Parts: sequence; structure tokens; C-alpha cells
Amino acid sequence: MGLEAKLTKDGFITTTIDAVIAWARKNSVYPMPMGISCCAIEMIAATDPKYDIARFGSEVMRFTPRQCDLMIVAGTVTYKMAQVVRRIYDQMPEPKWVIAMGACTSSGGMYRSYNVVQGIDQFLPVDVYTAGCPPRPDNLLNALMTIQAKIGKTKARDFQDKPMVDLELARN
Amino acid sequence: MDTKELIINSVQEKFSKAVEEISDFRNDLSITIAKDKLLDATKFLKEDSNLQFVMCKDVTAIDWATRKNRFTTVYHIYSFKLNFTLRLKVNIEENPPVVESVVSVWASAEWYERETFDMYGIEFLNHPDLRRMYMPEGFEYHPLRKDFPLLGIPGSMPLPEKME
Repeated sequence: MGLEAKLTKDGFITTTIDAVIAWARKNSVYPMPMGISCCAIEMIAATDPKYDIARFGSEVMRFTPRQCDLMIVAGTVTYKMAQVVRRIYDQMPEPKWVIAMGACTSSGGMYRSYNVVQGIDQFLPVDVYTAGCPPRPDNLLNALMTIQAKIGKTKARDFQDKPMVDLELARN
Repeated sequence: MDTKELIINSVQEKFSKAVEEISDFRNDLSITIAKDKLLDATKFLKEDSNLQFVMCKDVTAIDWATRKNRFTTVYHIYSFKLNFTLRLKVNIEENPPVVESVVSVWASAEWYERETFDMYGIEFLNHPDLRRMYMPEGFEYHPLRKDFPLLGIPGSMPLPEKME
């Protein structure tokens, strides 16, 4: 095997901390499944053996935001739900990324209506938008790979001066 | 006597003057009743041994926008005895849009009336818990009224602040 053979032969490798951390980080992106409506079904389909999101190290859907790196907002976000989405996002530890999955989350989609937020980028920093209504699992995997490429380019100094978000956890 | 005749005759016999309109459009019987007789009529329809409309399936409203009586509340009620769904209507004016609650007759109407209050701003007197159903607390408008814009009123519902 390539890596082991190399390691046992020389006993060490040279690299940078940034490269190792970014490599580890991008291959263990734990998603927060924010499945609000029908897109959630395609998100679940992406975890099944046919599409198998585990190939990208993201099979561990964590149902607590405190163990997640990536929020997949899958579904129509109403104004009422927006408060909840943001609250869950705030509870995720830094660094964190967001996928806006599907037409509704990206732009309001077919719900051009008073009660649906016309794009979650009005209150969340979105990294990748996914087209489709709903997007096929392949499309979600493509979004994940785009996120991985983005994470691969990060350096430690990108996160150093980030202020800790004051969480109002006592209220929960 | 068939079911419709039975219902029409019993209601007319009891509330001759309060019956404003009876229509039978596409096999759906609807009876419009005067606003002040609503509670009496609902009690009668439920408790009369020949009718027994014991189930309230839906309460909703119509906004006619330009009519003198701007709103109409609509009650869909069902009789297991007759296997029949009857539509009961009450015309109410715009200012104030107030009608008696039928929760005392059909307990199931509680949430239907809350929804109607939320969407049309119709106030139901003697309702035990008249709060909004779908829209957030503190929202000032009633979205299914004809004068409410489709995309809502900007800033009427708060969003979390955008980060960074």
C-alpha cells in the first residue's frame, strides 16, 4: 500500500499543518441535516448505498448541531422557521459551512409568497447553492465536493481572529 | 322526503325569517343564516333528533372585498345520521368583523376559528383562546384578505440579522 509503505520506509513525511488539517477537515465533514421539506428526501437518498455520501466522509448525519461542520438546509424556509434555522446554525461550532439545497432555500423557489423567505442568504452565509426542485442526490454530492474543495483551500490563519459567538444557551 | 328537503323544511320552519338564502349548487346545499341567529341555528342543527349535525368539519371565510357585507364565514358540518354535509354561511360586515363563536356547540371549531381569525381578522366572540394559528405572534396583518399583497409587507416579519 502506498502511504504505509512510504511511512515505514522513511519513518516520517514532511508537510504543513495547514495541509494536514485541511485534508482531515474536508474528508470528515459532518452534516447537520436541516431537512425542512421535500429536499430532505433527496438528502436521505444521498446517504443510501446507491449514492453513498460516505464515499466523501460525510455519512455521519449528526442530529445535534454541536457536532456538525456543515448545515444542509434542505427545504422551504418560512419566516417562522428562519428563526429556528438561525438558532441551530448559531449552535454549530466554528468553522462551519452551509449548503442551500434546492430552489426554495436558494431563492424561495415556486413559493413567491409572503410567508417564505426569498433565499436563506438573507440571514445565513451560504457557501454553495444547489439547483433543482428537488436536486438529485448527485447534485447534492456535487455541492459537497465543492465545499470540500473550498475547505481544502483553508489555512489555519483564516479562523484565528474569529470572535466566539455568544450563545444564549441558558434559554434552551 | 329526501334529505335535502328534510333539512330545508326543518330549518325554514324554525328560522323562517333568519334564513337569508338557500342554494343548491352542484349538489352542495348551503344555507345562509342571519348573523344574530347563528348560535341558535347551529344548536338546532346539532341537537334536533332528525338532523344531528354533530361534526364540524371546517370553518373558513370569504373576503368579497367590494360587497357591503365584506366577509362571509362558512361552516361545513356533517350529519352521520343523514350522511350529509351541509354548508352554513353567515354574512358579516367589515367594521367590526365580529361573529359569535360556535365552539360552545362544536369543540372542534376552536382551531378552525383561530385559523380564520389569523387569515381574515374575523373576531369570534366568546372564543376560549383566540390566538394566531400560523403567522407569528405580533404580526399585524391578515394575509388572506384581498388587500394584502402577495409578497407581504416588507419588514412586517422579522428575520435574524445577517452575519458578518
